[in-house]
This record gives sequence, C-alpha cells and structure tokens, in this order.
Amino acid sequence: MGQHIGAYGVQDTLRSGFSSVKNELLPSHALELSEKNFQLNQDKMNFSTLRNIQGLHAPLKLQMEYRAARQIQRLPFLQSSHLALDTLKGNDESISFEDILNDPAQSEMVGEPHIMVEYKLGLM
Amino acid sequence: MATLSVCQPQLGGFSFENCKRNAVLEAEVTKLGCNIPAARKTGTTICGVVFKDGLVLGADTRATEGMIVADKNCSKIHYISPNIYCCGAGTAADTEMTTQIISSNLELHSLSTSRLPRVATANRMLKQMLFRYQGHIGAALVLGGVDCNGPHLYSIYPHGSTDKLPYVTMGSGSLAAMAVFEDRYKQDMEEEDAKRLVRDAIAAGIFNDLGSGSNIDLCVITKGRVDYLRPHDMANKKGVRTGNYKYKQGTTGVLTKSVIKLDLEVVEETVQTMDTS
Repeated sequence: MGQHIGAYGVQDTLRSGFSSVKNELLPSHALELSEKNFQLNQDKMNFSTLRNIQGLHAPLKLQMEYRAARQIQRLPFLQSSHLALDTLKGNDESISFEDILNDPAQSEMVGEPHIMVEYKLGLM
Repeated sequence: MATLSVCQPQLGGFSFENCKRNAVLEAEVTKLGCNIPAARKTGTTICGVVFKDGLVLGADTRATEGMIVADKNCSKIHYISPNIYCCGAGTAADTEMTTQIISSNLELHSLSTSRLPRVATANRMLKQMLFRYQGHIGAALVLGGVDCNGPHLYSIYPHGSTDKLPYVTMGSGSLAAMAVFEDRYKQDMEEEDAKRLVRDAIAAGIFNDLGSGSNIDLCVITKGRVDYLRPHDMANKKGVRTGNYKYKQGTTGVLTKSVIKLDLEVVEETVQTMDTS
C-alpha cells in the first residue's frame, strides 16, 4: 500500500487514498519491509555471487532469460501461472508461505480490467 | 479501491495489513484492563539423545493456552521424512506449520536428488527460514534423524541458531531434563538405556515444570527402522476413586408395593420398506 506519486510530484489521492504522515513513516511490523524486498535481495545476492564466480556474462544471461520468461503471461487482471519463470528460478521445487498464505488466485478483489490493461500498456 | 490493485501485483505470503489495527486494539484493551487471547503454546519438555546405533527423541504431551491446559494429549514429535523426526516447542501452530513446510520441501528435494534426505539439509532449511522471520515464528525444535553418515541431533532456536550435540533439551522444562542428562549420559549407550534415560528426563520435566505434563512420547530412530511409541509411558494417570458411593440393594426398606397395568391398544400399524441396495 505505498504512495503513488501522480502528476506534478504530489501524492495521487485518487489512486492511493488519503495520506497520513504517521502511516507512511513507520512500517506497521518489523518484518514488513524485509519481507517486501526479500526476493529482490535474494536475487541481488545470488547474482553478485554468480558474477564473482563465473564472470559478468552469467548473471546477464540469466536476467535476460528471466525477462523473456516474465513476458509469458496472460492479461493483467487474470491469474498467470508463471510456469516458465518459476522453473527458471527453481521455485517449482520448493514450497514456502507464499504458496500457502494469501494465494493471489483466491483473493476477494479483482481489478478493473480496462484500467489494468491501460496501466500495463502505459496509456494511463 | 480497485485502482490500488492496478499498481502493485498481488503477492502471496504474510500480509501485514492489520498490524496497525491490532496495535490500536491492544492498547484500547489493556486500557480497559482485559487481556487479548493468548496463542496456544506448548510449554514443553522435549529432548533427544544419540546412542550407539541411532537416536531417541522424547516429548511430553501437554499444550497450554495461558494458564489453561488446551490439549492433554497432543503430539509434539512431527514427521519430517522417513528417517528424520522433529520435536517442537513454542507456539503450537508455528511448530506445526514449520515442520510441515520443511517436510514438503525435503520430499521435493529428495525426489529431485533421488536420495534419502540428510538431517543437515533439514537443519539448513529450518535455520534459513527461521532467520528470515527474525524470531517472530516462535518455533524451538529438536531435529533428529539417521542418514548415510550416521545419527545426527540438532537443536534449533526460534531466531535461527542451531547446535549439533549428542544430547539436547528444549522448552520450559529443559533445565529439569538437562539435569537428568548431565548426570547419566554416557557415550555409546544401548537402546534400552537410552530409552530409559529419555523417559526419566521427560518425567523430570513433567513433574517439575507447570508447562509440561500428561504422557511421555518416544521416537526411536535407527538405520532402516523408526519406532514411534505414543504413549510410551502414562506418567500422569487420572486417579481411580477408592470409595463406592452407590447404595446397596435393600438399603431402603420397602413398605408397600402396588402395580398398575397400562392397557395399550394398537391404533395404527405402518410398515416402511428400507432401500438397502
């Protein structure tokens, strides 16, 4: 639920609701920030280790493959299986809380299809 | 609200949406003097010991919810893989879910390597997960198993530190159990001696710690064989009443007896066939 900076660099009330300084300054739980960035940090760590061991080409090739696999998706408001991306990252051989709790396929809210596609295509 | 879901992709895993609300509620409730409900813990005695050909894991069977016993006979020795078992102390849900997740991951891993899983793998997976959540997952575990390198016993703390030792105890009754171990542990014991030692250690925890009680469960793991003895020993049996408060026949004297026959006539008779196919 982060801030969405809209036009003129001001907080976009229409898109992200009313703002409150207290709400935005402190995270509501000690783990909130670390969990939000966990996957990114893991990837960064793995790529830098790979670069140190095998040279710059290794993370570059992998990231290119990830970017290609990330594009194999359905339209934004539908659930995609991310099968290719998961296989590349090795997530098909492990189970963690992301698979058990808060499954996005079971979420109660579904996005507005037109707005989501416009946002993805950058027409918003 | 629909516009919010446009910007961020939906992610699985823990959601921290209600944390601020819960903090406010807790402050309000303590101002009124009430308590928020406590999570169910397993104030526990769990222990493990390595003997000559394998290892013995032991646990009591009481689960508490604050000052009340929530479950008199809960199972604290969880299955991880055919050759690895794990005892759990701390918050009951956390130990249950953590051991189930690690068991699934270990199964997938062993299918992918087509080998029997090793205890060190389970240990590494558990410690990495618990460290990721910085101790907020309250699971203190005793992990033991026999793999291709022999018997291994680990103790894992909620913040993610682990120790590899020949005998370990965890839980609120760990000091009582450790006292028994420190007195009587010897290297390369026989299986019966090891079982008796673990039984005595758990009994010490049960009788000297309020958070542990009821029965003693044991799990003996050797190469190719697992004996899950539940219950191994019922240390706290409910007492049997010594006196009988029922009156004997003839205690009360009979003065008069009168029998009134009720005349019942058959009004209606219906037969309902049952479909027994």
